[in-house]
Amino acid sequence: MGDLFANLGLGFSTAVSLENLAFCFLGCLVGTLVGVLPGVGPIATIAMLLPLTFNLDPTGALIMLAGIYYGAQYGGSTGAILLHIPGEVTSVVTTLDGHQMARNGQAGIALGIAALGSFAAGTMATIVVAVLAVPLTRLALLFGAAEYFALMVLGLTLAVVLVRGSVLKALSVTIVGLLLSTVGTDLETGEERLTLGLSALTGGIHFVVLAMGIFGLAEVLRNLENPEHRDAVKAHIGRLLPSLDDLKRCIGPILRGTGLGAALGILPGNGAVLGPFASYSLEKKLARDPSRFGRGAIEGVAGPESANNAGAQTAFIPLLTLGIPPNAVMALMVGAMTIHGIIPGPLVMTKSPTLFWGMIASMWIGNLMLLIINLPLIGLWVRLLRVPYRLMFPSILLFCCIGIYSTNNEASNVIMMAIFGLVGYGLQKFGFEPAPLLLGFILGGLLEEKLRQALILSRGSFWTFVQRPVSGGLLLLAVVVFILAVLPAIRESRKKALIE
Amino acid sequence: MKTLIAAIAGLALWAGAADAQNYPTRAIKLVVPFAAGGPTDVVARIVGNNMSKTLGQQIVIENIVGAGGTTGITQASQAGPDGYTLMMGHMGTHGAAPALYPNLKYDPTKDFEPVGMAAGTPILIVASKATPANDLKEFMVYAKANNQKLNQAHAGVGSVSHTTGQMLNVQLGIKPALVPFSGTGPALNDLVAGQIDFMCDQIVNLVPQILAGTIKAYAIATPERSPALPNVPTTKEAGLPDYQVSAWNAIFAPKGTPKEIVAKVNDALSKALSDEGTRKRLLDLGGVLPSDAERTPQWLAGFVATEVDRWNKVIKAAN
Repeated sequence: MGDLFANLGLGFSTAVSLENLAFCFLGCLVGTLVGVLPGVGPIATIAMLLPLTFNLDPTGALIMLAGIYYGAQYGGSTGAILLHIPGEVTSVVTTLDGHQMARNGQAGIALGIAALGSFAAGTMATIVVAVLAVPLTRLALLFGAAEYFALMVLGLTLAVVLVRGSVLKALSVTIVGLLLSTVGTDLETGEERLTLGLSALTGGIHFVVLAMGIFGLAEVLRNLENPEHRDAVKAHIGRLLPSLDDLKRCIGPILRGTGLGAALGILPGNGAVLGPFASYSLEKKLARDPSRFGRGAIEGVAGPESANNAGAQTAFIPLLTLGIPPNAVMALMVGAMTIHGIIPGPLVMTKSPTLFWGMIASMWIGNLMLLIINLPLIGLWVRLLRVPYRLMFPSILLFCCIGIYSTNNEASNVIMMAIFGLVGYGLQKFGFEPAPLLLGFILGGLLEEKLRQALILSRGSFWTFVQRPVSGGLLLLAVVVFILAVLPAIRESRKKALIE
Repeated sequence: MKTLIAAIAGLALWAGAADAQNYPTRAIKLVVPFAAGGPTDVVARIVGNNMSKTLGQQIVIENIVGAGGTTGITQASQAGPDGYTLMMGHMGTHGAAPALYPNLKYDPTKDFEPVGMAAGTPILIVASKATPANDLKEFMVYAKANNQKLNQAHAGVGSVSHTTGQMLNVQLGIKPALVPFSGTGPALNDLVAGQIDFMCDQIVNLVPQILAGTIKAYAIATPERSPALPNVPTTKEAGLPDYQVSAWNAIFAPKGTPKEIVAKVNDALSKALSDEGTRKRLLDLGGVLPSDAERTPQWLAGFVATEVDRWNKVIKAAN
């Protein structure tokens, strides 16, 4: 334990040097901005800034790049709440209740609780990383292909819990999402699947393209349908910051969200994406009145946002202790480290302790900075809502197009986004929720990859999923969650049938 | 009309010649067909950084990812041959791709102006700690005896780990189950955890795990040991001398790029490879740098032809 304090002391003394504080601030600021702008994500930004860090001290460079990463997680929720555009996979869930809150004139409260929840989660997750990084690494190694598959199945059952309304509709859009994820080049055979012979589809559908189309553009279309209504929403803006009462209600969701997000974030293979979904489902299950969810429940913002930020932090554990990047942003961090001559891996901690502990300390400082950057900005963001919609929607469209184009420099992506916009509008008209579709899409790729790996390893035997204890347990949990979710719906329909 | 076209064509040619003399007057785009932060990207950024100084214009890296790197190369090969779009070709895109992708839209030997070899990263044969074999000789015996049980990881069809892994399988005469992963990272995770028995991959990705002792390294597929891993024997020392392979990266320009421009870029590349700081960065990564004789466009043209031929044979034999 004494070691820990000595190490943290070393970390903080590294992180609070004037230079590193400046890098941390710069990273957080840039991250917040790219997170808010639709389409421009941390991956593109870090890739662009990578060469600029060439001549910097590696610790400062990594602190800045890490700041961009979790700054973007913060910023992403701003777009999700205000514009119904999830900039990041992890802010999809925030659109559900966050945007409803904005429509109810509570945009400031939603943004405030997102910032406070993220800060609390970030603080706790930093402690987790500092204390448990090394033992937790073993958890990551416990998860083989079969376990991942089971975890993804459990994740998919969340889709049913996630939405209000028809279970059947939720299931069907989830399956459409799964199918969309299979578009592209097959990993095992190299064959093109469902690409319609279009070269634009050989690499698969980009998450941002789908998310912006189905959420962002569809929302614009829906608002254009009755612009007066939209303007009326903006007229009353209400409180800017959450009240004490709001905070009290959110303590539970924040703590639970942090726990879930931190645990899932450690898993390599992007387990962190499940965190917000899992937290939302849990809060909805625990709530006294689940029907509030999807209509602007503050717990539906606080929990997932905390999970999101905790996961972003603990995702550094496999990178720092194993040298194995759990997602694309972390893979970039590996690149950044190698460019600086630091080979990430089990030895970083002993060979470059200032870097290791400096980064951990800077995580907390970064979170503090984000809070300082974001709280005053809330007033500004909310005022943005007062801009007349006839001016707002063309700018949203323009930023979406620029953002999408910049991810890959492909015009076809912009066209695809437009098509998904129409699809999203159609889905809303017929009463389908888009969130499960996105969940299916996000998990689909991993689900398939892990299923095939597990079956290749077991030489085709499906028993492998049940025989392995962790995998079997997770599958059992999925079945229980599914039954619990579907049961009330069945009971209700039976009641209706009896009445008739 | 005809004269008009001729005049425009003439003007364009003249403008082209003038451009070649002043080249470069604006930033140069270097397309990297793999994700930022990967081995090819890191090589491109290190070399490009120094080349920018020589050329007096910034070299901007653009990552166009997909289909084992062939998406980026296809796009870059269709760019105007004015020297402002270059690309970092690779063992996969300019060696194995024709055999792997029947619908490949370019021919590595015909559709490019080779500029020069940049740097290669050696391939290592590594195994899980749970594998009973302790060196390559033992592994060769073990692999043949347990052919049906072996699991080999790779990072997708056409990836370096896939093609070099297949090459090893052909030479050893084994057919392990090939387990595809979406990247080297996840594959390594399962190798460390013991779910996977062995794989082949680039040294950059493996050094930390080998130094930490979380996986076994059997051999490095280069003529000499790497200073980054002095304890790992070469394939020749370990008893498999024919397994010689490294993931090379070389700069290409679209077909029709003027000779003067190719010469200028080649010169800048060669200067970068002689620069002390750049060399050190590449060597620290475990990279292999071309000798002076291996730095000319002509050498690269001949090398690409032999690579295409070699991979064609390997991939046919593996299937």
